[in-house]
Amino acid sequence: MDKMLLEIENLVVKYGGLPVLQGVCLAVKTGETVCVLGSNGAGKSTLLRAVMGSQRATAGKIIFEEEEIQGSRTEYIVRKGIVYVPEGKMLFGPLPVEENLLLGAYILRDEKAVARNLEFVYGLFPRLLERRNQPASTLSGGEQQMVAIGRGLMSNPRLLMLDEPSLGLAPLLVDEVLSTVHSLKRQGMTILLVEQSVREALDLADRGYVLQTGRITGQGTGSELLQSDIFRSAFLGI
Amino acid sequence: MDILISSIVAGLLIGMALALVALGLTIIFGVMDIVNFAHGEFLMIGMYTGLFTAQSTGMDPLLTLPLAALVGFLLGVLCYAGFVRFLLRGPMVAQLLGTFGLMLLLRNIALLIFGSEDRALHHGILVGKSFDVGMEIILPATKLAAAGLSILAFGAVWLFMKKTRIGKALTATALNRQAASYMGIPAERMNALAWGIGVSSVTIAGALLVNFWSVNPYVGLLFTMIAFAIVALGGFGSVPGALFAGLVVGLITEIPGFWDFLTLAFSAEWMENVPMTSFKYMWVYVAYFVIMVVRPRGLFGWKY
Repeated sequence: MDKMLLEIENLVVKYGGLPVLQGVCLAVKTGETVCVLGSNGAGKSTLLRAVMGSQRATAGKIIFEEEEIQGSRTEYIVRKGIVYVPEGKMLFGPLPVEENLLLGAYILRDEKAVARNLEFVYGLFPRLLERRNQPASTLSGGEQQMVAIGRGLMSNPRLLMLDEPSLGLAPLLVDEVLSTVHSLKRQGMTILLVEQSVREALDLADRGYVLQTGRITGQGTGSELLQSDIFRSAFLGI
Repeated sequence: MDILISSIVAGLLIGMALALVALGLTIIFGVMDIVNFAHGEFLMIGMYTGLFTAQSTGMDPLLTLPLAALVGFLLGVLCYAGFVRFLLRGPMVAQLLGTFGLMLLLRNIALLIFGSEDRALHHGILVGKSFDVGMEIILPATKLAAAGLSILAFGAVWLFMKKTRIGKALTATALNRQAASYMGIPAERMNALAWGIGVSSVTIAGALLVNFWSVNPYVGLLFTMIAFAIVALGGFGSVPGALFAGLVVGLITEIPGFWDFLTLAFSAEWMENVPMTSFKYMWVYVAYFVIMVVRPRGLFGWKY
């Protein structure tokens, strides 16, 4: 069996007393692409934010490379190798594209490695090379998503967590962004993906979890999920 | 005409120093969204630092700047780590009242130690000297030096924010705190750094101002208010905005000079009788009020 990279055990998160996650269990192996599916408000983003330490966990464990990281500071978790590409991109709008990317490499001290990663990101998204000196806020939504993903890749993450990378993008750009995620997967990147576009996410992922009102209600491979009753009733309305 | 030009020059000179006063306020606000009412009190501490170091060692006041900067940095970091850090956990009103309390505390400590009398510098290579640049414009050397060194300090901070790794991380934290933490930028250390740099830039400004401005424990309030006006005008969190707005506010404080110019130009007797100098700072707050109504995020701001 492959080594577990990330394990989440019985994670409980509450917002002002109201439970958002009610005992979530989830695991990601090294080299795997796992997606978490769920409708708006199911707690998907909360799950990723809890892993990053920007949302306090009420109970449960988050284990990354055999170390418990719940309660750690975000900067420590980033240094451990988890990178979070947040929903809504959260770019440094007034700064040029390249400055945004370089900030993604803040934890790297080795300038050669930074230059190498920058080249890699520009290879992945040639359009960003053309726009490297433009303020990030002047880019289109799709290009901004590329900056967000590229910025995440700049620090050599061991686990890349993508929060709704296709949200609000035109269909053509959704394909482009997701095919990039696909090529990252082929290169061996471990990816935890949160998505509302169910079909695309399942095409991409090795396995998926269904998150409904704070609980995991189903899991399995893409085809298993597509067959299961709970999944069909939750997402496909049949 | 001479009055007009000398008013403009005087306004720009004091504006450069005021820009440095406001710089610290805008950095702290930009990084942490905290309004620091004690800002002027840090300026006062910078003034006393410059004054007493110069008087006790006999060295020129301008040479006290590095010490003022160091005192400011340490004081800023200390205030953050020992006090402001805890305020951040509370509601917004706790932060407002907290820095207000810090202001009262620092002012009264100063009152206790230094007494309430005005103190001024009477020595130094520049004190009392001035340059006559013709056209009846006389530049006091202290103001010229304060303006030049303010711009220098301002530029140094700006370069630090733009070019160094830590400075860029500070800028990123100011732009988007959450995103910066996702880059692995340590938020707590950035807060402490913002306080260190913010307070040290205002203590430098204080050590410059004391060359031509007498100091007492209450001197801070005026500068806090002026700094607020500058930061509001330039945009909360904006460094270039602070410079531009500092110059504008500097010119606004010279409105009495412009009034005299107009009085002469129109030779209007009623204008002579308006006690403009008494309203010197009123116009700063009028500008503050107007900008708050018309464009609350200021000229260069990105927040609000």
